This record gives sequence, structure tokens and C-alpha cells, in this order.
Amino acid sequence: MQYVIVGNGVAAIGAIEGIRRRDRENPITVISAEPYLAYGRPLIANFLRGALSKDLLLLREESFYEKNNVKLLLGRKAVRLDEDKRELSLENGDSVPFDKLLVATGGKPFVPPIVGLGDNYHTFTTLKDARGLEEMSRTVKVALVIGGGLIGLKAAESLHDRGLRIHVVELADRILSASFDEVAGRIIYNRLNQVGIGLHLKNTVEEVISGREWIIGARLKSGEMVECQGVVVAIGVVPDLELLKDSGITCNRGVVVDDFLETNIEGVYSAGDVAETKDMLLGEKRVTPIWPNAYSQGLLAGQNMAGAQKSYEGSIAMNSIAFYGIPTISMGITNPPADGPYRIRSVVNEERSVYRKLVFQDEYLKGAVLVGKIERAGLLTGFIKKHIAVREYEDALMKDELTLTDFPKNVRQEILYSD
Amino acid sequence: MKRISCKEEVCIGCHLCEIACVTEHSRSKDVVKAYKEESPRPTPRNMVEEEGALSFSVACRHCDEPSCVEACIAGAMVKDYETGVVKHQPEKCVGCWSCVMACPRGAVKIDPSKTRVIKCDLCPDREVPACVAACPNRALICEEK
Repeated sequence: MQYVIVGNGVAAIGAIEGIRRRDRENPITVISAEPYLAYGRPLIANFLRGALSKDLLLLREESFYEKNNVKLLLGRKAVRLDEDKRELSLENGDSVPFDKLLVATGGKPFVPPIVGLGDNYHTFTTLKDARGLEEMSRTVKVALVIGGGLIGLKAAESLHDRGLRIHVVELADRILSASFDEVAGRIIYNRLNQVGIGLHLKNTVEEVISGREWIIGARLKSGEMVECQGVVVAIGVVPDLELLKDSGITCNRGVVVDDFLETNIEGVYSAGDVAETKDMLLGEKRVTPIWPNAYSQGLLAGQNMAGAQKSYEGSIAMNSIAFYGIPTISMGITNPPADGPYRIRSVVNEERSVYRKLVFQDEYLKGAVLVGKIERAGLLTGFIKKHIAVREYEDALMKDELTLTDFPKNVRQEILYSD
Repeated sequence: MKRISCKEEVCIGCHLCEIACVTEHSRSKDVVKAYKEESPRPTPRNMVEEEGALSFSVACRHCDEPSCVEACIAGAMVKDYETGVVKHQPEKCVGCWSCVMACPRGAVKIDPSKTRVIKCDLCPDREVPACVAACPNRALICEEK
């Protein structure tokens, strides 16, 4: 039995741990285009800020692969999947046979066509990208970040900390529009504004203007000219499906998988940012590039590759991220349509950068946005995931200092002790 | 796998479990020195919640499929599949609070330094965890489950 995993991100780590829960014997091969041991991808922001050395980026200790009998093919790109021969072709001409395969190639940055941009830009999703930006920051005084989502703002923060002046251009009327609502976006907007990061909302880059050798500025849709010498494109990521192009694996936006995370080809599974998986709250399958979900999907797919029959219960989108010392957490449904079945309760103190918003449907909690005070936020995750009726305890959930004393014993026992 | 739980009917909210935790995780392992001399004083990894006559102690359950490990972006939180212990490595922690967001029991605490989290390690040097040994009413129990 040959297990093969394409990709070496957190879904791959989950899959190795999942396979090894059931099968200590058969070898695993990991093929990754990136030349590194698995690292904490979001940590590239800490790395770029200079707050983290390279060895601290590692997700598992160096001996992890050897201990788990994993053969690493790093810096090798799998370019073709032949499901009939059950083998992968690598860019260097080698082929790797498999019995069970996990496609965990993750996402890749989406870069729209922009006049004058060419290939004169950076992205910010890999350690290599972070190194490129580190290099750029030595010569560039002003950088323009296209995209005001999590990745763009983290790039902005890190580069700003390295002494650059930063402009962020965002198409929407607020930053962080994918994970946050207007109020939370405004609190972070104000904080970034305060530290001197320039934010241009409801705006796009019409043209990047270069001098003889390098970028000298950009013209925005508003007509404004922004002087800059470097551009970071952080509009979003899309599933990296390149390997599957000519294969028989069914893909929509991402790889289509069943409840066991298996694709239409038997023995071929997919997990993480490349896969379309069930969203627990929306009840539909979609690509949710969320860190914890990539790990748990990998863990489940790995167990199933090794013979288990575990069904994926679905994921909840969640993010925990801090901007200049303001911690934020968002989970589940954070910005429901006004005409939907949802009820919202919220408390805000914008001056103190504290915000708490809970989204309910019938008796149940469906989502939350927390800014500033995030202690024990996981209890909210628990109430959502365990589908516990909370109508009587809504006041308790709204307290900054969440405590289980406010709940009846049976609820408390379930939260604390049930599996 | 050892798991700690608390019988709230007999927990009197004395906080001795927290004191035992602080002492066990101090350099001296001496209660007076831990509280009076060590700086910073270790933070208890458990927490007593109380309201009127109700009280109980909360600590990590070292789950089989730990949400905190799933969520950890830094590889600081790992599950040892041989011992079952969910181990937190403070030197790797970046204080992103992903585990605080993910733990459905609310058992991962933010360290007072606000740079990392802290949680129960099941007292690796002891047969019976210090909090359980210290509980005067046997409200805290440690079972193999």
C-alpha cells in the first residue's frame, strides 16, 4: 500500500496524523512544489515583521516525517495525474505510483489583469513570497497593497512595521468584508488609519505606472495618483487545480468530494483549500480556505485513506487575527441578510475598540464577531457546533466575561465533558 | 488517557486546585516561594468558576480530536498520539488566539503576558495531577477514559 499526498501544508500534516492513527506500517510519500518542511503559513506575516526565526515557523518538529515513515519529495512539482495507471508525473520526468492519494495542493493567489502590472508584483501566501517582500522592503519606500482582506492587511501591517509607507486599495466599501461586518471593519480601519496606513475604499487600481526600470506609482479609479515603488496583489486565493487539468477528477471551483472527502475516483481524496467541502451552517458545499478546517479535513481524509469510513460533519468558517494589538475573532454567519431568519444582538464601544455581535436563528447561535475582548470565545464555537439551544441564555452569551455558571448543569456538563 | 473532571456538587470554590497548579509549575515547587518570590508568578492552568454556592474547576480535557490542535497556526499545540496528552509549547506560541477561538470548552487561557496561551499539561512529572491531589473534597477526579 502506497499513500501519496500532494501538497505539504496543514491538510497534509492532518492527513499524515490521520493515516498513522490507523496504519503505522505502510509508507507515505509527500510531494510538494515548495522546498520547505510544513510551516505555519499564516506565520509568514510574523516572519516578515521580523518577529520570528525560520525554525519557529515549522508546524511539526523536523523528526516528524522520519518518525511517521514519510518520504519527502520537496521542491518537486506533480504535474499530471493518471488515475487509470494510478500514478503521478513530476515536472522532472519522474513518476510516483499510488494506491491512495490525497490532493491537498491548497490555494494560489488570484491576480487580475491590471494595466501596466506585468509580472512586476508580489503576492503573500508563501514563505518565498515573504522573503521576496523582505528583499523588496530594503529598496522600496512606499508599497501599494491591492486588496483589504486578511492577507492584504497582514502584508500591509508587516511591511509598515518594516518602515515602509503603505497604501491599501479595496474594492468594497469596507475592509475585511469577507469575514467581518461593517462595525468590526470600521474599528480595524480606524486603528490602521491611526498608525498611518493609507486606506482607499471603493477604489481599484486602473493602471500601474513604471519609469524606465521600476514602478513609480499607480492611478486609482478615483483619479488619485499614488506614488509607490512596489505592488502586492492580495485580492484572494483560488484552488490550485493545475495538477488535475487533464485528469478525470471532477472539479467545480474546487475539487468535488463526497461526505468521506473522496473524489469521483476511488481512493483519491481531497482536503483543505483546494476542496469543496460542506459548510455546517449553510448546508452547502463550497471552498472555505480556513486553517482549522484544512487540518481537520486532512485528519479525516487520512483516516479514510487508511480504511476508516468517517463522514465529514462540515466546517464552520472562523478566523482569529489581531491588527496592531486589537484581537478579533469571527465565526460562522457574521453578516446575515436583513430579510433572512436571523436575529442579531450586539454591543459596541468604538472608542475602546470593543465589539461583540452574536447572530441567532430560532433558538440557536449561528455566528459571532468579537473585537477587543475574545476570552473564552471557544465556548461560542461550542454552542454553535453542538447545536445547543441558547434562547434563555442569550444575555449570558453577550457578557464579555463568558462564564459557564450562567448555564444549567446539563448544558455545562455537555460543554465541559461530552466528546 | 487520563481525564480530569469536577463534581460541582462537592466543589466549594476553595481554589486550592489553582494554588496546586501554580506550585507544581513553579521553579521551586514550593507554595510560599512560588507565590512570594518567583516573578512572574506562574499562572494557574485551570480556573475555578463560581457564582453564589455554585462552583467548579475547569481544565483542558485533552480531547481525542482536539480543536485547539486543528486551529494552531504555529505548531505550538500538538497531540501526542501515544500518551494522549495535548501539549502546548510556549516557545512556539505566537499568541494568535486561534485555540482560544476553537476550544469548545473554553479551557485555553490567555497568559497574563498577552503573548501566548496557557493550559493544563496533566502534570507530566506526576502520577496524579497536582490539582486532583490537592482537592480537599475529591471534587476533582482523574479517570482513565
